[in-house]
Amino acid sequence: MEPVTYNLIGAGLIVIGAGIGLGQIGGKAMEGIARQPEAAGKIQTAMIIVAALLEGLAFGALFLGK
Amino acid sequence: MKIVKQSFKFLVLAVLMFLPTSILAINAGGDGGQISGKQEVEEYIVHHLKDSHDFNLFSYTDDAGERQHFGVALPVILWSSEGLVTFMSSEFHHDDNGQVIVEKDGLKFTKIHSKIYELEKGATAVEFDADHHATNASKVLDFSITKSVVGILLIGLLMLFWFSRLAKQYKKKQIPTGFGRILEPLVLYVRDEIARPNIGEKHYRKFTGYLLTVFFFIWILNLAGLTPLGFNVTGQLAVTACLAIFTLIIYTISGNKDYWMHILWMPGVPIFVKPILAVIELVGAFIIKPFSLLVRLFANISAGHIVLMSLIAIMFTLKESLGVVGATSLSFVLSFFLLLIELLVAFLQAYIFTMLSALFIGMAVAEHDHEHDHEVSSDVEDVRGDFI
Repeated sequence: MEPVTYNLIGAGLIVIGAGIGLGQIGGKAMEGIARQPEAAGKIQTAMIIVAALLEGLAFGALFLGK
Repeated sequence: MKIVKQSFKFLVLAVLMFLPTSILAINAGGDGGQISGKQEVEEYIVHHLKDSHDFNLFSYTDDAGERQHFGVALPVILWSSEGLVTFMSSEFHHDDNGQVIVEKDGLKFTKIHSKIYELEKGATAVEFDADHHATNASKVLDFSITKSVVGILLIGLLMLFWFSRLAKQYKKKQIPTGFGRILEPLVLYVRDEIARPNIGEKHYRKFTGYLLTVFFFIWILNLAGLTPLGFNVTGQLAVTACLAIFTLIIYTISGNKDYWMHILWMPGVPIFVKPILAVIELVGAFIIKPFSLLVRLFANISAGHIVLMSLIAIMFTLKESLGVVGATSLSFVLSFFLLLIELLVAFLQAYIFTMLSALFIGMAVAEHDHEHDHEVSSDVEDVRGDFI
């Protein structure tokens, strides 16, 4: 097997992990907004920050694995 | 009547939104030519992601089989082994494989994969080893006005013009006119939604200037990257690294006593944990924070450009299986919707970069209530003692 294939498997794993994480963040934020619509703005901001941090991690891993 | 006017406006807007896709398509189409194929598309995308020494709008192979290029040559400024050397990038004749050698002031230069090399004395042609690395040429310090530099200068001048006009308008009356009406709510948004809540009422004014500059710089450059001009400035590691280093310098310099104490000697934890935490905090503050900033912006914009160009390339790669009309309309529809998403991403990435910069600065300047801090920590210890 060529080494490239391992890279791709790693990329796939990273994307699966990031997807699960983003799903959790988004889902919980939705739940929070549904429970407390007046706090939607604050929840959204916090959600975007956490999503950005997660995304940074995922991109970092993809970048290093390239 | 009003409805007619509005729908006309909408139509114009829709056409304007379509325009970039179609022109981009023509650009890529020019490069497809007769040789077309997967490899050429790949080469084109890889070339686009890199910075280039000339501002090439599009190129094609004419009927006579000659390569035609449309664009502007840019100045090349080098610091070679014998000092400053300048010439126009047109002297390379669009060669990128070390075939064309430019002689200036007795020195020989050549361009290989968008990097300029200086040939050794007496060498007349570049020699490559097995890995396609030049053996008799070395890299020079390159201060050229490249395509990205042109983009940065252009956007910088544009921002200077827009914002100085906006500032002048406030002297005359309360509300801005013209384009300033688009900028004002964005400026207020950055100040009130990003700077104020994250940095705190006391210090935010000092940093709002930097945050505004970074926000508009990244946002406008991201948008410029979606136009047919083909800028990929925020997709250059050097640019994003520079921006991240600015943020790093600002929060390192403006960090107060409490910030450094929390990094170097974390209060409220057992003494043997303190050095371990110090190492983690130092790595976090000086490597992880700027690294995450720079990689996020770079990767997002590069990924967006790669996907967009791949979707446009569908019209060449699927030409045989779907027919010319089918492949073209498929790539048109897909790239149109991706372009809409990219418009959102352009804003979101600028927002996130600014937001995280504000957050990091806010962490550095946050003032802790000392009395309260110690009470809490002693309380925690008491509770812990009870449990144990």
